Amino acid sequence: MLCAPLLAAAMASEAPAHDGSAAAFTSLLFVFLLATFIGLGVVTRVSRLLHTPLMSLTNAISAIAVVGSIVIAGQDHPPVITLLGAIALAASMTNIVSGFLITDRMLRMFKKPGGEKRP
Amino acid sequence: MNFWLIEAAYLVASALFVLSLHWMNDPKTARKGVLAGVVAMTLAILGTFLNPGIVHWGWIAGAVAVGFLIGVPLSWVPLTAVPQRTAVSHAFGGLAAGLVGTAKFYLWQDAPENLTAFRTFAIVAEVILGFLTFTGSLMAAGKLQELKWIPQRPVTYPLQNLTNIGLLGVAVACGVALVFQPVGLASLFPVIVALALAFGVLLIIPIGGADMPTVISLLNSYAGLSAVAMGFVLDNKLLVIAGALDGSSGLILSIIMCRAMNRSFTNVLFGAFGQVQQKASVAETRTAKRETPEGAAQVLEMASQVVIVPGYGMAVAQAQQRVRELYDELTRRRIEVKFAIHPVAGRMPGHMNVLLAEADIPYDKLIEMDDINPEMPQTDVVLVIGANDVVNPAARHDKASPIFGMPIIDADKARMCLAIKRSMNPGFAGIENELYFADRTYMLFGDAKAVVGDLVKQLQSSS
Repeated sequence: MLCAPLLAAAMASEAPAHDGSAAAFTSLLFVFLLATFIGLGVVTRVSRLLHTPLMSLTNAISAIAVVGSIVIAGQDHPPVITLLGAIALAASMTNIVSGFLITDRMLRMFKKPGGEKRP
Repeated sequence: MNFWLIEAAYLVASALFVLSLHWMNDPKTARKGVLAGVVAMTLAILGTFLNPGIVHWGWIAGAVAVGFLIGVPLSWVPLTAVPQRTAVSHAFGGLAAGLVGTAKFYLWQDAPENLTAFRTFAIVAEVILGFLTFTGSLMAAGKLQELKWIPQRPVTYPLQNLTNIGLLGVAVACGVALVFQPVGLASLFPVIVALALAFGVLLIIPIGGADMPTVISLLNSYAGLSAVAMGFVLDNKLLVIAGALDGSSGLILSIIMCRAMNRSFTNVLFGAFGQVQQKASVAETRTAKRETPEGAAQVLEMASQVVIVPGYGMAVAQAQQRVRELYDELTRRRIEVKFAIHPVAGRMPGHMNVLLAEADIPYDKLIEMDDINPEMPQTDVVLVIGANDVVNPAARHDKASPIFGMPIIDADKARMCLAIKRSMNPGFAGIENELYFADRTYMLFGDAKAVVGDLVKQLQSSS
């Protein structure tokens, strides 16, 4: 709650310009670098048992391309561009839906140690 | 106002994506990881809807509906087909990235001030990575599905690597030219797209079935990197972060797969593994010893520790349920049963674990190669079901063998080895297995499902 005034102040301020400049590019490069290290650190600790579900989960996560697809498909552009965006959106949505569903389906199968019988 | 809401949604989504992968470190928390991923994705999508200027809601709703229509059935595939499904979704990921890059490039032709050198560079990277992942993954999926019109064996021709690298080189060169003249040389863009599509196909053609786990992991990484490139194009940190997580995950899995086969990336990509080895050892007529299911059942009953080495052959024969029954029969007799899982067993990383989990084998009985090998000398019986190269002792000493140096499960060091096999034909990689001719090895010939079923019957009747 303490951060509410801060948030309000931030919201009142102008959105920074996105200009594809060298500065913007470098700051993204930093983000990429750090995210890669975090990814390497987190994924090395993933149980080897779960490497197949891991891959379907990261499949779904990398379908974050949905964000770009929505903008292309949704904004007012020539029909060809809208069509490209819509195809990209359908492809990303497919990955999100099937990726999360199948990951959960596989993870449900991993029975706890002890080997209790099927009910 | 909207800007900050979007940023806040993206920030929370980034954190949840990292947590989602973090929770995958243990089967107990893994499902929470999926939930975190779903929440993060929902936030990201809702946040994106707040973007100014989004008007084509009909298009969006239609595309989302199509995604659900394809995605839901795609999540019902049998677990043996999960590698193909994964490859297909890498293809979709690559396609989405490639199309968004293409759309942005042509949109900005009318506002060239947006096509800075950095952005054009990012677009070129996105499009090359995206489209090569698209066709490459489709080829990989076709090979895994064993489609008739896609050659299973590696296709090689003279100067193949030179051609491939040359093609990619031309695409990169066009890209560099485009960075300097994004509008004047815009006609080079379709050339780049076409070259990337062709390169994806040519990259997979020479790769054999045994290398598929590595290739799938590598394509996973490419799909992630194409999302990263999209993040650079759209100036979007969430895309960069989520793409980087996917990219690094694919990279780690590829490294694990390569290590498990003692091969390098370049060797996998350019080595054309899995070609039929024309060995001169035709004169060799060693004979393997046979065992009957009755005899094998008696041997198993006398054991105190049994290690089962499953391979993809077990899944092909749909023998998992029988294996589970065998596991039950043996554990009931207080025999310790463990499963030895080689990292490249199955057709994608971790495939065997999922197949056994589906058959209700508790996951603490699935032991990794490095942890089970020290126990092998104290193991009474090793039962090899549908595995071949991963138990071939030739990998340890035969320098001429194509699998020399590959870490293997030491099935030959156990007191006795029983191997279930359809016939004496060499396996997928076309390599003869020394294990079958060893002194302590006995063969059980037949379909894996039928043989394990017989073993279970023998054990049931003797109790």
